[in-house]
Amino acid sequence: MDTNKTQANSRAILEIRALQKSFGTNDVLRDISMDVEPGNVISIIGPSGSGKSTLLRCVTFLETADDGDILYDGQYAVRGGVYASKAELNAFRRRFGLVFQNFNLFPHYSVMRNVSEPAILHGENRDQVMERSMSLLRKMGLEGKENAYPCQLSGGQQQRVAIARALALRPEILFFDEPTSALDPELTGEVLKVIRQLAEEKMTMVVVTHEMPFARAVSNRVIFMDGGVIVEQGDPEIVLGAPQQERTRQFLRNYQR
Amino acid sequence: MTLMTIILKMSEGLGRTCAIFALTLLFSLPLGMIVALLRMSKNRIVSSVTRFFITVLRGTPLMLQLLAVTYGPYYLFGMGVSRNKLIPVVIAFAVNYAAYFAEIYRGGIESIPVGQYEAATVLGYTRVQTFMRVILPQVVKRIMPSVTNEIVTLVKDTSIAFTVSYQEMFTIGKQIANSQTSFVPFVVAGVFYYVLNFVVDRVMGRVEKRLDYYQ
Repeated sequence: MDTNKTQANSRAILEIRALQKSFGTNDVLRDISMDVEPGNVISIIGPSGSGKSTLLRCVTFLETADDGDILYDGQYAVRGGVYASKAELNAFRRRFGLVFQNFNLFPHYSVMRNVSEPAILHGENRDQVMERSMSLLRKMGLEGKENAYPCQLSGGQQQRVAIARALALRPEILFFDEPTSALDPELTGEVLKVIRQLAEEKMTMVVVTHEMPFARAVSNRVIFMDGGVIVEQGDPEIVLGAPQQERTRQFLRNYQR
Repeated sequence: MTLMTIILKMSEGLGRTCAIFALTLLFSLPLGMIVALLRMSKNRIVSSVTRFFITVLRGTPLMLQLLAVTYGPYYLFGMGVSRNKLIPVVIAFAVNYAAYFAEIYRGGIESIPVGQYEAATVLGYTRVQTFMRVILPQVVKRIMPSVTNEIVTLVKDTSIAFTVSYQEMFTIGKQIANSQTSFVPFVVAGVFYYVLNFVVDRVMGRVEKRLDYYQ
């Protein structure tokens, strides 16, 4: 297994150790270990059912892992499959943001309220939150859409609102679960462009994606998963350009067809 | 007895008809939410017991339930039958309608995609915030047509109060019909109910329109 040495000195924002998860008799995650260093972008690729999404759902506490450790900034959120207290998990939730495949915006809220309400509920100053939300929307190319409702926006615009909503809480790390899979092909570009821009600003991100050219261009590291294990990981040029494992080669061959 | 006297006499009961209607809604709408939450409880015993009561309330006639609430205390415990019949009428109606509203609420709550809960959780909403801010407003919009249906039925069901001789509009009409051997009071009652439901329909239509700002 190839490991990325470039950021070995800085402390990992997220450490996953020997993570395991099964649904009944189906082992979805088997012994997954990986680190995410600050400023890095990691893409996770692999066939459907390989456990990519489950991995993201475990580290965001939407699924409960059976065994293994999850550490944020060196602190245990999960240790040997045992979860921290509810209050502690809530504190850990403040560290990350998650962008869903289906956006999951709140349809009865305006764009502005979608983006700003979480931070306001956390007790932040309303004016500051509004200002920050406004500049995030501007950055996402959604100026003038503050008062629109999600149903009035295209899929690409909705996903950019969802990204702004996640960023408004100022997470240390942002997870994307197939952010363009629910979009029409002509709308994926605008979302990927935004993620690429965040990568340039050194936002720490983990992206589950099927967009190979995007993964290659943006990531510091690509992880190929299959059957609940990390088959291969490393430099995107190697994993996607000259993969060492036969399963990776097979997957990429099928993909190009 | 002229048509005008019949109308005037029956109108005297309209206030009571509206009292049954309004008080039943006032109590059954919130009570239904409590019942719905108990029905969806993760505690098996709580949800099964609630489910049983819902099936009884929906599976037996409201008229029977009204008789049970009004005269049950007398036959069972030798207690006096309450002087003001509005009390047993509203109790029976509110409990019965709460059972129906509970099932409507449950259907609405269960129709909200799980992604809404997940997004709220990741964004740090508490359970109460998630329910009150994210789920409930969407539920209200979705269940509006079914709730309107129940409200329309309630307007007509107020006539069932005649079984315990509560002097509402229909009871008075029935008494006139008996004493005068006339069908006219029933026609008048029909027109009254139609007009009341016309108003209900208009009001609910307006409410639905106000909720139309999103899909």
